[in-house]
Amino acid sequence: MATVEMSFTPLPVHVRTARLVATAVARRSGVEEALLDEVRLAVGEACSRAVEAHQAQCPDEPVRVELTGANGRFEVVVTDAAEAGQDDGTSPSAQPAGWPVPGTAAPNGTSPADHSLPPEGLGLAVIAGLADDVQFARTPAGLSIKMSWPTTATG
Amino acid sequence: MDLKLDHHTRDGIEVVDVEGEIDVYTAPRLRELLIELVNNGHYQLVVNMEKVEFLDSTGLGVLVGGLKRVRAHDGSLDLVCTQERILKIFRITGLTKVFGIHDTVDEAITARKSEK
Repeated sequence: MATVEMSFTPLPVHVRTARLVATAVARRSGVEEALLDEVRLAVGEACSRAVEAHQAQCPDEPVRVELTGANGRFEVVVTDAAEAGQDDGTSPSAQPAGWPVPGTAAPNGTSPADHSLPPEGLGLAVIAGLADDVQFARTPAGLSIKMSWPTTATG
Repeated sequence: MDLKLDHHTRDGIEVVDVEGEIDVYTAPRLRELLIELVNNGHYQLVVNMEKVEFLDSTGLGVLVGGLKRVRAHDGSLDLVCTQERILKIFRITGLTKVFGIHDTVDEAITARKSEK
C-alpha cells in the first residue's frame, strides 16, 4: 500500500502541489537531501506529462500519484488515464514524435519543432536522466511511470 | 514561489530577469514576454536565471522557442546561470550545446558584443 496517495484535477497549477508533496514524503522516507531536487523535478515532469495527456483526452479524469517509502527505496508511480480516452491509435497523441517506446529510457525527439511547446519526449528524457530507476508501462487506462530512489531508512 | 519577470535594456541588449519557478503553469508567462520582446524588435536577449528556483522541460521548451524566434532575425539568446540544480537539466537534455551559458550578465553581454 502506498504511503501517500493523491489524485488531482489535470490542471497545470496543481503540478506544483504534487511536486511539493512528493518532496516532503521523499524527505520523510529517508531520501538524501542531495537527491530531493531530482525527485522534485522528475515527479514534476511526470505529472506535467500526465496533465497534458489528460487535457487532450480526458480532462475530467484526475491524475493519480502514489508515493511509497519501504524496503530502502522511495517509489513514485504517476498514472494517467489518457489511453482510455482514445478510440484508436491514430490520434496524434497516441504516438507523438519522439515518444520513447515504453520500457526504454532514451527518447530521441529533442529537436524542437514548435515555438511554444517543449519537444515531445523531452520531459521523459529528463525523468530518465534523474530517477535512479525508472520504468514505463502501458496499462489499459494509460501510461504509468514508476520511478524510485534509494533511502537511508530501512523500513 | 510564483514567477517574477522583469526586463531592461543594457548596452543594446535586452536583459530578462527571471525569479521563482518555471514550470508547466508559469512557463506561458515567460513565453509571452519573450514573444513580446521579439515582436518589439529586441533580437539580442540575455535571460538571467540566477534567481530561478525550479526549471522543468516546459521551461526549457520556452527558452528553445525564444532562441528559435531571435535566430530567425539573426539574433541571440544567452543564459546566465551558475546554479548546479538548474544547469543539470540543461546537461541532461544536451542543451548546454545549444545555449551560451554564462556566470554573470556582464560576461554574457561582453561575450555577445565580442562576437559582433
